[in-house]
Amino acid sequence: MRQEGVLRHATTRLLGLVPTLLILITIAFFLIRMAPGGPFDGEKVLPPEIRANLDANYHLDEPLLQQYFRYLGQIITGDFGPSFQYKDWTVNELIAQGFPVSATIGGLAMLVAFVLGTLIGTLAALRQNSAVDYSVMGVAMLGISIPNFVVAPLLILVVAVYAGWLPAGGWDWSWQRMVLPVITLALPVIAYIARLTRGSMIEVLHSNYIRTARAKGLPEFLVIRRHALKPAILPVISYMGPATAALITGSVVIERIYSIPGLGSYFVQGALNRDYTLVMGVVVFYGVVIVVLNFIVDLLYAWLNPRIRYDTT
Amino acid sequence: MTPTFHIKSLLACSLLGLVACSDQESDFGRPLEQRSHPVELVLLEDGRPDPSVLAPDQVVRRGNGEEPETLDPHHALGVPASHILRDLFEGLTAESPDGEVVPGAALRWNISRDARTYTFYLRRDMTWSNGDPLNAEDFVYSLQRALDPATASSAARILLPIQNAREVLAGELPVEELGFSLLDEFTMQITLTGPTPYFLGLLASPVAYPVNRKNVEEFGDQFSKAGKLVSNGAYVLKDWKPRVSIELEKNPNYREAGQVLMEQVFYIPSEDSSTEVKQFRSGELDWTYEVPNNQFKWLQRHYPEELVTSPWMGSYFLGFNLTQEPFIDNPSLRMALILAIDRQIITEKVTQFGEKPSYALVPPGIDGYVPFSPEYADWTQEERDHEARKLYEQAGYSEENPLRIEIRFNTSDNNKKIALAIASMWKQTLGVAVTLVNEEFRVFLQNREQKVITQVFRAGWISDYNDPYSFLELFRTGHGRNDYGYSNPSFDALLDEVGTERVRARRERLMFEAERVLMSDHVIVPVFTYVTKRLVNPRLKGWQNNVMDHHPSRFMFMLKSRDPDVQGEQQ
Repeated sequence: MRQEGVLRHATTRLLGLVPTLLILITIAFFLIRMAPGGPFDGEKVLPPEIRANLDANYHLDEPLLQQYFRYLGQIITGDFGPSFQYKDWTVNELIAQGFPVSATIGGLAMLVAFVLGTLIGTLAALRQNSAVDYSVMGVAMLGISIPNFVVAPLLILVVAVYAGWLPAGGWDWSWQRMVLPVITLALPVIAYIARLTRGSMIEVLHSNYIRTARAKGLPEFLVIRRHALKPAILPVISYMGPATAALITGSVVIERIYSIPGLGSYFVQGALNRDYTLVMGVVVFYGVVIVVLNFIVDLLYAWLNPRIRYDTT
Repeated sequence: MTPTFHIKSLLACSLLGLVACSDQESDFGRPLEQRSHPVELVLLEDGRPDPSVLAPDQVVRRGNGEEPETLDPHHALGVPASHILRDLFEGLTAESPDGEVVPGAALRWNISRDARTYTFYLRRDMTWSNGDPLNAEDFVYSLQRALDPATASSAARILLPIQNAREVLAGELPVEELGFSLLDEFTMQITLTGPTPYFLGLLASPVAYPVNRKNVEEFGDQFSKAGKLVSNGAYVLKDWKPRVSIELEKNPNYREAGQVLMEQVFYIPSEDSSTEVKQFRSGELDWTYEVPNNQFKWLQRHYPEELVTSPWMGSYFLGFNLTQEPFIDNPSLRMALILAIDRQIITEKVTQFGEKPSYALVPPGIDGYVPFSPEYADWTQEERDHEARKLYEQAGYSEENPLRIEIRFNTSDNNKKIALAIASMWKQTLGVAVTLVNEEFRVFLQNREQKVITQVFRAGWISDYNDPYSFLELFRTGHGRNDYGYSNPSFDALLDEVGTERVRARRERLMFEAERVLMSDHVIVPVFTYVTKRLVNPRLKGWQNNVMDHHPSRFMFMLKSRDPDVQGEQQ
């Protein structure tokens, strides 16, 4: 019964993806076209003859609606088209090169943040209102408040320039180049997860079944591990869906400061350069990633929380 | 009188240039007075440095700004792509380390009496990087491809001086009608619409580079990728990881491969100039694309040997919208605003990188042209302010009735700082109430072009080619970038004359006269002329500062140690 419910829920959600993406594409397509200027506008004006050739080459001379349907027809086949800005690459190639980088850094950062965050949060909850609690939560608050464009240059300066332990920037898939960006990305997330965990852990620890477990004489460690942890990290799990999506799709700040070839910059650069195809490709890709991750969170939720059932009966 | 190039003297210059120039001011990119001990390299008779002073690994890592938009030379316009393409390819002409036009694939050339027909005699022993022979046919094919409407290249505008280029781009004539003719396997002629003294320089730019026909036809859009690209320059493309690095390797088939010392070149893109500086400081780069404006003082103190600045062929100025109030038909108000700026303070306190205060349009150092200098350039700032106040009152403004205007600029720290300084100078000297408006780049450009809401706006120009005409033509009636709404028939007539004049001195006088007319009409507020600024590894030699900021890697070499003196080579 339960299996079937989850399956049905999954199918509905996946089918829901189609209209969501269609709306997303439509809004994004017309919004970026409404922005003043076009991909070929620059300080140096093109002669009209050249301008006409470019427009014809990229079908920009067609009516907007026709371009819209042309685009829809194209992405159904999974083809995001050529980039206007990076002329030698298609949008598919750029995403295929950028996403693994962003996903690696973002995924590692999320992993680090999840492990450290729940650990710190639990610790603080167990020693509620003690010196440990205050100092850990104080540091967490700092972690949330200091923006990453401050943390990143500081880390580079100290670790790379002064100490010379790690490279200052660039990318070659070596762990040395991942350390600093992962730390920078993870810091605020660690802090956020720690605060979430602490809050819900305190709540759970006050509930009746924990009292029962303790009354039975279970050691405190087992009480936490077996009974408290699972329900306490539920809010963390629901936060992690969108947070993971944000992390693995790349951060433009981190990418700029550490010179990392991830996805984030393509989005911003694409919008600034009016690189229509690149912006659209990244938007659609983001859309899919977010919907899929939210879906995974839902499934995890059901597994972790016995009170949630996806069968409608 | 035909200006034929004598290859012997040119070769001597390019090969022995290292010796000849070693005691000139521009040696190794740093003015003499900035160097603690003048370093002189001992060069062997063939103009090459003694191998014993060279580093065992001849590798240079060059920071290169944004990711290049393409490595197809016929589409490339951006500065980062052009740096790489100058290493990969070679046009009919090339550039020496100091930016002079020298023979490239063409050994020599003749220019006809009417300065419209160029005959190029190509070298006979050239091959592509894949070993295919390279001849005049390749150049005709490539130039035709660059101008073919089907190629849809924006860079093709650089080739507009070629006969029928405009008609071919418009699709009215076939590419065969372009002004190219093949005289024999190694001789070709190019015919222009009118005299174009900077044409030889244009041929050294990427859009005029040859591409290998078989290569293009085999791979289509993909031919410029690593592993596919066939080139004819000093280097070949070994690897291209977008936004990570582009690796070039010495091309053993290059015509002068024996002279090329640098074996390997890495171009490292960087979107953030402070990160680039940090990469340089931690030894990951030998050469930065630029340095952040706000770090000058610090870098000058801590990296005096590495920091290199040099004049560049660009001007920074503000423009007036002449089609709207308050500037329409109001030259005295415009002049008042031009006078009331202390350019010394802007360059010394605001921009700080050794930019030169500017009183006219064309920057100094462009192809020998001496820019027009208005009378007020020689005044003191007090005299200018005094005159400014007089003109301001003449225009009908006063303390009680101040002028209210907007300065509009595209969002950037530097633009903001400069606008702020100018606004406070206008306020202090004249009492003008200035509002600063910043806009995203393309919004800004559109507003400029529409000439409706703009009043004073950030303008400026960095030339594509080494000729003052590139600056002057912006102000021609109806030019696409004439966002000032400037239209003066006598200015246009002068430019027309420039376009047909073939005597260099007379052409220069005409351009000077045009600049004088323009400046007397008070269309722009000159502010400063640009400089290039970067950090360079002191062991990297062989390159020279030039107004184009072109630095082919094939002239570079890496020394073993920072100071060749240590080798006991000399003084």
